[in-house]
Amino acid sequence: MTQLALVIDLNVCVGCHACVTNCKQWNTSGAAGPLVDERPYGKDPTGTFFNRVQTFEVGEFPHTETVHFPKSCLHCEDPPCVPVCPTGASYKREEDGIVLVDYDKCIGCKYCSWACPYGAREIDEQQKVMKKCTLCVDRIYDESLPEAERKPACVLACPTSARLFGDVHDPESEVSIAIREQGGYPLMPEWGTQPSNHYLPRRKTKLKIHKDELVRVDNPLKKEGHLPKVDENESFLEDSASW
Amino acid sequence: MSNNNTASTLEKGVEVKNTTCYMCACRCGIRVTLRDGEIRYIQGNPDHPLNKGVICAKGSSGIMKQYSPARLTKPLKRREGAERGASDFEVISWDEAFEIMETRLRHLRETDPKKFALFTGRDQMQALTGLFAKNFGTPNYAAHGGFCSVNMAAGMIYTIGGSFWEFGGPDLERSKLFVMFGTAEDHHSNPLKIELANFKRNGGRFISINPVRSGYSAIADEWVPIKPGTDGALILALIHEIIKTGLYDRDFLTQYSNAAQLVNQDPDSDEFGMLVRGLEFDEGKIHPHDEMWWDRNTDSAVQTHTEAEPALMGEFTLDDGTPVKPAFQLLVERVKDYTPEWAEDITGVPAETIRRLAHEMGITARDEKIELPIAWTDAWGKDHETVTGNPVSFHAMRGLAAHSNGFHSIRSLSILMSILGTIDRPGGFRHKAPFPRPIPPCPKTPNGPQGVKPNTPLGGMPLGWPADPNDLFVDDDGEPVRLDKAFSWEYPLSVHGMMHNVITNAWRGDPYKIDTLMIFMANMAWNSTMNTVEVRKMLNDRDEDGEYKIPYIIVCDAFQSEMIAYADLVLPDTTYLERHDVMSMLDRPISEFDGPVDSVRVPVLPPKGECKPFQEVLIELGSRLGFPAFTHPDGTRKYRDYPDFITNFETEPGSGIGFLAGWRGKGGEKAMRGEPNPKQWEMYEKNNCVFHYELPKSYQYMRNWNQGYLEWAQYHRLTRYTDPINIHIYSEVLQKFRLAAQGKYGGKQPPERLRERIETYFDPLPFYYEPLEGQLSDKHKYPLNAVTQRPMAMYHSWDSQNAWLRQIHAHNYLYMSPQVGAAGGFEDGDWVWVESQHGRVRCMCRFSEAVEPGTVWTWNAIGKASGAWNLTPDANESQKGFLLNHLISEELPANKHGEHLSNSDPITGQAAWYDVQVRVYKADPSEKPQSSPQFDTMLPVPGEPERKSWLAWFAGKRPAKVNIGGRK
Repeated sequence: MTQLALVIDLNVCVGCHACVTNCKQWNTSGAAGPLVDERPYGKDPTGTFFNRVQTFEVGEFPHTETVHFPKSCLHCEDPPCVPVCPTGASYKREEDGIVLVDYDKCIGCKYCSWACPYGAREIDEQQKVMKKCTLCVDRIYDESLPEAERKPACVLACPTSARLFGDVHDPESEVSIAIREQGGYPLMPEWGTQPSNHYLPRRKTKLKIHKDELVRVDNPLKKEGHLPKVDENESFLEDSASW
Repeated sequence: MSNNNTASTLEKGVEVKNTTCYMCACRCGIRVTLRDGEIRYIQGNPDHPLNKGVICAKGSSGIMKQYSPARLTKPLKRREGAERGASDFEVISWDEAFEIMETRLRHLRETDPKKFALFTGRDQMQALTGLFAKNFGTPNYAAHGGFCSVNMAAGMIYTIGGSFWEFGGPDLERSKLFVMFGTAEDHHSNPLKIELANFKRNGGRFISINPVRSGYSAIADEWVPIKPGTDGALILALIHEIIKTGLYDRDFLTQYSNAAQLVNQDPDSDEFGMLVRGLEFDEGKIHPHDEMWWDRNTDSAVQTHTEAEPALMGEFTLDDGTPVKPAFQLLVERVKDYTPEWAEDITGVPAETIRRLAHEMGITARDEKIELPIAWTDAWGKDHETVTGNPVSFHAMRGLAAHSNGFHSIRSLSILMSILGTIDRPGGFRHKAPFPRPIPPCPKTPNGPQGVKPNTPLGGMPLGWPADPNDLFVDDDGEPVRLDKAFSWEYPLSVHGMMHNVITNAWRGDPYKIDTLMIFMANMAWNSTMNTVEVRKMLNDRDEDGEYKIPYIIVCDAFQSEMIAYADLVLPDTTYLERHDVMSMLDRPISEFDGPVDSVRVPVLPPKGECKPFQEVLIELGSRLGFPAFTHPDGTRKYRDYPDFITNFETEPGSGIGFLAGWRGKGGEKAMRGEPNPKQWEMYEKNNCVFHYELPKSYQYMRNWNQGYLEWAQYHRLTRYTDPINIHIYSEVLQKFRLAAQGKYGGKQPPERLRERIETYFDPLPFYYEPLEGQLSDKHKYPLNAVTQRPMAMYHSWDSQNAWLRQIHAHNYLYMSPQVGAAGGFEDGDWVWVESQHGRVRCMCRFSEAVEPGTVWTWNAIGKASGAWNLTPDANESQKGFLLNHLISEELPANKHGEHLSNSDPITGQAAWYDVQVRVYKADPSEKPQSSPQFDTMLPVPGEPERKSWLAWFAGKRPAKVNIGGRK
């Protein structure tokens, strides 16, 4: 059984918000649209976004990490938003595991958003229905698009290719390999929701310098007659022994 | 071929067009899908070499720019009797607007052309704006480079003949170690993001040196926090350690720089500090290349690039008794005392870290060498079987540049890159066409007032690259000819002009009064100016006769910015989706490391209302005023419109050089140079709006010294000379200015008050000095550094009122270490005052562990004036948002060098935005929780679209059946 999902590489995400607004522009004019903006030119503007980037700090100066953390619906294997829906508007598709909302059935009661531990659902205050990431279900199967572009808008936009998309149930897929080989992890597994989206952690590259790498026979200073010499004024055995 | 979907596969009413983005200055290729004539989707063009299909947050929000309620849609004239700043306008026709401008400008051109000043926020269309200014005959023209990052351009170009961003960058594809200094969130954008991610995935090590850990620095393998304005000290200490441990690339330095060249050390000689020249001076050549080495085999001075073993260190005596030293020896002496311990005190970076960084750089450069099997021939005729790379690369931007010591910091960085042997080599720094250029590049301004004559084009370029004091644009008294005082003794190498001083100088009438100031796309009444409160007063100030001190102001912009209120005449510009445009080789193209790239923008939508592209305004005005570039000898106009101009303009009749390099020749068969092609625009359109000329591999590296490349560049008229461009470890150009200050250089002499300043700062070797404002500040009272950056979602964008982007950043905070709050007795989120010696601002603070504790910082240009950009008067931008600009003066406090010196680098005139020293204290609880200062609410202007209270954007008509794929 297929389970489509995103794998987000926190090692390269620079927090540019490309995924946030590209999602917004694709989806507002797409099958899940429009995505409303309240007070777009006024005080405290707010609107529906399927995907947001949070930035937080870890550790204390100078050992601070700044983490950019994009978050959208995680398309849980066992989504708590589905059973709480009184009208059956929230559902998980069998064929690809995408969790969707049927706007025609949604009554805007918000039970699903209370049930979601990830805060991934957003109510449309104008239409009074719940909206959320669809994994761009209106792109990924659209045969009028070139095959390479049948991906969620956020994935296509991402300048650092930090967003991978594919079937996490297929062990040979790019996303499964990334999760397996790069320590991919789900968010808050203790809730038992089995999120399909995964995150790849930060990885550090360090350079080990051996002392002898600084001492080389081809040191160019040798040509100038300026190879570092031992300072004869330092301490030597002579200073404390007379044998 | 274009990847546009064929009509048959598209829904009814849907069309797809390729063009070039302009939400920031990167100029990525975009593909715009329209539905029923409205924008449905803007995506990155996968076939574009710059962004390869990706797009950023700004580019993805282009829809909200296009449909912004802040759009200006009609030409406007300030109502008779209305005050500037009151936004009281009447709508006029374009005919009337042109008549007003034609009459006024014709008079100025006929009488005193310097009374017209044209300054633009954009410096990626200065091939046209510069051509207009030159043809007008005014010296008073520049783009925003002087207040942006001219130190980066000048510091690097005067050293290695190229610079970062448009003209070159780090080769992250092959680099192993990447060190980024002082780069704000996103400069540049998508290309760097793409490369940085690939670099990290390929196992590269990324070190960020920055007071703040945000943006790119967030994903660095190591963050090295540093105090602002001290990068030069750190870099000099790195050079010290690399030389001390012998980790420099000796062969590279001797062959490709002036490190081994001999410098006259006779203090009594007028030639002191100049390179020693050979006796056989070839009068016929501009660059005789008769510099000398000291050959250790024969123990004598010999011509460079001969079979010799040049000494890099030591002191020697010529046959005539002249004492000489290799330039490198002088560098060794210069950095002798710049120890890591010395730098630790200044920068806050531990000495052990500095040593380790130096070793990482040196060892990676030396031991991870790349040898590409690419044969090439150097400029001295020597064949090489391979191209060598030392895979250490760097990037830097305004964090180094926007300080008054930035030029020398950046010269230091260029020298660091050079001693590691990384210039135009794989894995290091790579040039982008039309760079490298000679040091300095050839274009020059006129060198005196005689270059400015009525009814005559300027006798030189409006901006140029002085090679010695006699190139300065000054009068017989050594005083400036330009309004902004660029190219004067105050800021001799101000190669991008000094837009930040234009309004103050024009207001004061120093060096003279002007009549008309034309501003394009620059918010000089707000975030693009220093000292915003006072500058707004100057724009509205009158003399004793009741006349405005700046008599006439024309503003062209697409949006109702704060600057619009101060205009006498407002010209509504188009957006990037409504116009033709070029990213020209004559300007700042989008070239890649592997060869020249230029591109175009084509309209995907008709202009809104009566919007007219600024390009069309210039062509129309130039034609009406009879400029030689735009009219035939009989006075009739040459070009129908801007696209016609781009197709047919040649720099000289028959030169074959025009704005676009692709598809030239009658049938589009020629590249780089060729006759105008009437179908050139169509050919660009068919090819993703981009032209990419890939150089042969053997011309892609070592271009400063690559005979094949230099001859290719000369053949295609990219450069006049094929002479090798040796790196200036030691800057003879700077020494010439110093000699002039010492009375030892023939020709122009600095005014007495500036001699010491010139002598001090025109040091042929880089040195560290505390930024000028810091030297003139009470640091006991103002102990903190304050800096700004722009967030990625708004970087380099001119319209951050965007409905989607402002939901990401609607107001800004002052970020600081919790230590600052603890010392001042306030909490995270409190209202605080931040104060400099020039003013104070009330704002909200936010504690952060990702900032060096001596630094406070904020996002720039989030704060707006109430009512500006057609936001509601109570919008967060004006009530909680703030500008730091109020704390930063455009002029230094009076000091021994003068009264009205710009707050700028003394060499380049780069605006010293990041030099300001501040203190922060808690606002009184009784004060209003609102940012301060506040300004009168700006009123909407006629023609602005309606501002909606909510949006539900859906492009075009909703398709009858929406396919969401699959079944339930």
